[in-house]
Amino acid sequence: MFEAGPEVRRKLGHERIAHLVLAAVTMCIVLPLFAILAYLVVKGWPSLSLAFLLEPPREMQTQGGIWPALIGTVYLVGVSLAVAAPVGVLAAVYLNEYARDTWFTRLIHVAVINLAGVPSIVHALFGLGAFVLAAGLGQSILAASLTLAVMTLPVIIASTREALAAVPRSFREACWNVGATRWQTIRVVVLPNAISGILTGVILQVSRTAGETAPILFTGAVMYKAVDRGDVFPYRLTESAMALATHLYNLATQINGAPDSLQFATATVLVGAVLLINSTAVVVRAVLRSRRKW
Amino acid sequence: MSGPGMDATPVTRVRDLRVRYGTTEVIHGITFDVHRGEILGVIGPAQSGKTSLLRCLNRTLEFTPGGHSEGLIEVDGEDVRRTRDVYALRRKIGMVAPLPVGLPLSIYDNVAFAPRAAGLTRRAALDDLVERCLTQAALWDEVKGRLDSLGTKLSGGQQQRLTIARALSHQPTILCLDEFSIAIDPVTTMRIEDVLKQLKAEMTIVLVTNLTQQARRLADRTMFMLEGSIVELAPSEQVFSATPADQRTFDYVNGTFG
Repeated sequence: MFEAGPEVRRKLGHERIAHLVLAAVTMCIVLPLFAILAYLVVKGWPSLSLAFLLEPPREMQTQGGIWPALIGTVYLVGVSLAVAAPVGVLAAVYLNEYARDTWFTRLIHVAVINLAGVPSIVHALFGLGAFVLAAGLGQSILAASLTLAVMTLPVIIASTREALAAVPRSFREACWNVGATRWQTIRVVVLPNAISGILTGVILQVSRTAGETAPILFTGAVMYKAVDRGDVFPYRLTESAMALATHLYNLATQINGAPDSLQFATATVLVGAVLLINSTAVVVRAVLRSRRKW
Repeated sequence: MSGPGMDATPVTRVRDLRVRYGTTEVIHGITFDVHRGEILGVIGPAQSGKTSLLRCLNRTLEFTPGGHSEGLIEVDGEDVRRTRDVYALRRKIGMVAPLPVGLPLSIYDNVAFAPRAAGLTRRAALDDLVERCLTQAALWDEVKGRLDSLGTKLSGGQQQRLTIARALSHQPTILCLDEFSIAIDPVTTMRIEDVLKQLKAEMTIVLVTNLTQQARRLADRTMFMLEGSIVELAPSEQVFSATPADQRTFDYVNGTFG
């Protein structure tokens, strides 16, 4: 009675093929990631060590470690997010919770979306003109961080708006109905339930900021800074600094006589840091989701 | 303030109310009073303007882009459209939406939310208020042992009673219910109907309902709305009698259309 006729067998055949093709395509995405990682680690292995992380470069950067670049990237990311995260989140709260739907807010919306798509080299030129020259900050951590902040702002705004929009409107209406102000509603109901999405968006921008080269190239990153081994506060915000991404760029194109493994080890650290930060985002999201309240 | 039934001035006066969304007019100039201490049933098919009417009353119409009202609405003698403290106005009106909304807070915080938003912080006073509102909403006995568990985890019928408790928490003059039984089971519906009969002694109730029989069971007067106009507003005995003033009322109530 339940014997498969030719029609059903054909259907099951299609099903199997579809499953295989989709799975194969998915594998194709994962493979390059592992291939790149393996390649980097293998090629960089001779230079990789704890000392490599903690030591400054030596002998015209042909030996030694990457500490000044590593700590410089931490500075750049930290300062840029200290600016971009609060500004971006608050702007998104305004746009999503307060702003009426007028031509002006639509204009802002379109501007934000387009700003997110501007190539980073254009942000670099803007940062050079606005922060380094016009604002007189010079080539400095501050100028570079602000450039990075301008670049990440639209993405933080977009991801925060998405997180806010995921909180059902019926919650807001229930609050308004009992005489709560918009701000009371946002504070008690909307933000606590959007926070996992907001944090995820911000953390993903950390890894993006850490990897960007162009925006800091003219605005605050330099080839070499003398920094002591493991010194946690080597830079002032008004000074220029080394950064991982530009250090890698310099090793690959500007510096002669360094062993190949030095570049690959630097790339391994950069990619490793990005993966580490991204997995924090995954963990944060998982933890906050498990406490989801509806 | 005098008790319900003793005061002849209407708790709400509506005069020539028109409501538009953008360019579409959905309420075409309606006029009626809500008497103090009564249950006013509002019946009518979908798109007849029932919900828009409620949204004018507590001024949540303005949260809908393009929502606009004209005419006069008074609550306790105050012009709703010109009131300076819209939050105080909304506290005067308890609003229960068709679908139950447990806020993603504890059961206690669900009920304490409105009083806290209004500035009440004393724990003892809040405790009393929460217990009283949950008791009035016939939910206290089921949740008194787990007030700190999430309101969103309650069953649909319990969440609707939680919604009613929340609407009572700001001690409203008028309690408006918008098709409260649409998503809950008949037994819970009957329990809430009993709750409403008891609440009637303390406040005025506007009961918008799709179930004409519910209006018949509960309402002192019933208003039949159709396509943004009032067809008939009369004591329920007349609306549900064999001879209402308008033939369309008879047809709707007896299931000929709608």
